[in-house]
Amino acid sequence: MLYREAGQFKTTYGADQSVFPIRQDRIGIALILFAAFVLVPLLASSFALSAVFIPVLVFALAAIGLNLLTGYAGQVSLGTGAFMGVGAYTCYKLTTYFPQVNIIVLILASGLGSAAVGSVFGLPSLRIKGFYLAVATLAAQFFLSWSFVRIPWLYNHNVSGAIEVPTRTMLGVAVTGPNATPLTRYLVVLSIVTLMTWVASNLLRGRIGRTWMAVRDMDIAAELIGIRLYSAKLLAFAVSSFYCGVAGAIMVFLWFGAAEADSFNIDQSFLILFMVIVGGLGSLIGSFFGAIFIWGLPIVLRAAPEFFGLTIRAATVEHLQFMIVGALIIFFLIAEPAGLARLWQIGKQKLRVWPFPY
Amino acid sequence: MDLLYKIFLDPFVQMGTAPDLLVQTLWEGLVAGVLYALIALGYVLIYKASGVFNFAQGIMVVFAALTLVGVAARLRQWGVGPGDVAAYGALVLTALVMLGLAWGVERLMLRPLVNQPEIILFMATFGLTYFLIGFGELLFGGEPKVMIADDLHLPRGALEFKMLGGFVSLQKIDVAAAVIASIMVAALALFFQKTRIGRALRAVADSHKAALSVGISLEQIWVTVWFAAGIVALATGIMWGARSDVSFALQTLALKALPVLILGGFTSIPGAIVGGVIIGVGEKLGEFYWGPLLGSGIESWLAYVIALVFLLFRPQGLFGEKIIERI
Repeated sequence: MLYREAGQFKTTYGADQSVFPIRQDRIGIALILFAAFVLVPLLASSFALSAVFIPVLVFALAAIGLNLLTGYAGQVSLGTGAFMGVGAYTCYKLTTYFPQVNIIVLILASGLGSAAVGSVFGLPSLRIKGFYLAVATLAAQFFLSWSFVRIPWLYNHNVSGAIEVPTRTMLGVAVTGPNATPLTRYLVVLSIVTLMTWVASNLLRGRIGRTWMAVRDMDIAAELIGIRLYSAKLLAFAVSSFYCGVAGAIMVFLWFGAAEADSFNIDQSFLILFMVIVGGLGSLIGSFFGAIFIWGLPIVLRAAPEFFGLTIRAATVEHLQFMIVGALIIFFLIAEPAGLARLWQIGKQKLRVWPFPY
Repeated sequence: MDLLYKIFLDPFVQMGTAPDLLVQTLWEGLVAGVLYALIALGYVLIYKASGVFNFAQGIMVVFAALTLVGVAARLRQWGVGPGDVAAYGALVLTALVMLGLAWGVERLMLRPLVNQPEIILFMATFGLTYFLIGFGELLFGGEPKVMIADDLHLPRGALEFKMLGGFVSLQKIDVAAAVIASIMVAALALFFQKTRIGRALRAVADSHKAALSVGISLEQIWVTVWFAAGIVALATGIMWGARSDVSFALQTLALKALPVLILGGFTSIPGAIVGGVIIGVGEKLGEFYWGPLLGSGIESWLAYVIALVFLLFRPQGLFGEKIIERI
């Protein structure tokens, strides 16, 4: 009843092609942004900010990065964690050499380093396809993980082998480092993620996004209609790694505060792949859903026994948690293989035609 | 110039001057390769017959080994015979557990996911991995256990050969592993080529629909291959477990077997063995002769790079089916 586009006439091409053509969607996104920028900072505790909201945003950004590559361009990658690591280490080196430059600029610039590395490891993608490519991207994962440990220059020859985030200020407020409040960090992360999501959605609606989707649907057919496969695939790898790199940089600089090579291991790559699949391949909003679901599920599961007044040993809880997460993943894939984003679409469609069945 | 010498000359000089070390390294590579091949074999079986890239193979190895050790200990507790009776009893029971697992996977996971894209099935095996990690730890605890190698009459100790002006020592367990792996591959190849079920398996691999239309039961076939993969996992678990401990760390071996898999081809049983040997030997030679140049630990990615180089020339792996694409 409320959600219906009847009576909203488009009189220009511009209006017809806007990101949110339906008025209710515009109101909805405005409400969400308002809640994220105003209500959450006002209401959430600093613990909730740094344990729930910042991680979800960081993972959502990484999931968007992987989704661009896997969901839109059809190239399965298992090296996401390593590309995030490249972003983080690049940012660390950049801020070491240019301490006066604004940290946000450096975070965005570190994506470029990650993009360069990503396109190098994307090179085999023209020859190799499908799962062969997926396994080949593991080469990137293991090689980069190894470099993070074995090249001391990357972590400024620290004895601990870890990178420690220095304090950087912006307009007199500490943004990174131990002195930065969770609130500041949250707002910075939120701004970066909002900006980059917006860029991604426009990228996907244009020529580049359509090229990627053509390659995903059938690369030989795409080649026959005149798409240059090599540049399309490499661009997908570069842009995807850019997003992952920025996600890695904000993960270390605005969430962890310090990191070592182990933070970017293969489990991280798989975690983000989970988010993309559970959220929905080829859907930006799905990346957010996936991040919320995969990050939120263990938190809920940990709280559940207490909620029901059960006392279970901590180790048992952890084992049960593994089992439940595994079973739920299988369940979700069976119930809705297209992911949470598809459920969202179905819900919207139902709302549109309500109270009629179709 | 110095660097070029170190890369292209020194390692070969070293090989020439100490041939016994070279033989030893080759042998270790061969054994490692055979053991990787065993894991890769599990992947190949399932991929061939159901098109599922089964990530859970690694944890199935751990799960099988844990079940074996756990059940054997329990049987001893109940006072079943001498150690070897309990061990072989546990072996049979573990095989039954793997059968149950295969049946459960088919019933609860594969059947509802029929006709889904490969990546969805791949992710589902991830769910299975998580589930089995939790389940295994819940039942048997997370601490490492000792494989009941003696009770299973696996040989121990080393054989020493005097050759090429030095000593080469072979662990007996490694010899046994190589023999068992070869027997398994031969048996599986025969099974696939000569038996009725093997023919049905190949038919299913070619096309699910066509196989169904000539009256092959997909369910039965899937249970069969997952069971076969479970048995392979059990053998792998015993072999790896006897070399080190039985712990959840073993599941990272699955990642070691992936380059073997793409090198040999996803669909080829001999490919798994040949790929395993190439990767194993390449890895050990690289680590031993060229490793010090780069700092140690290159074993972790060298296998992938070797596989990648082969793939650039043969995108479907050495023995994989030629990829034919139609519009």
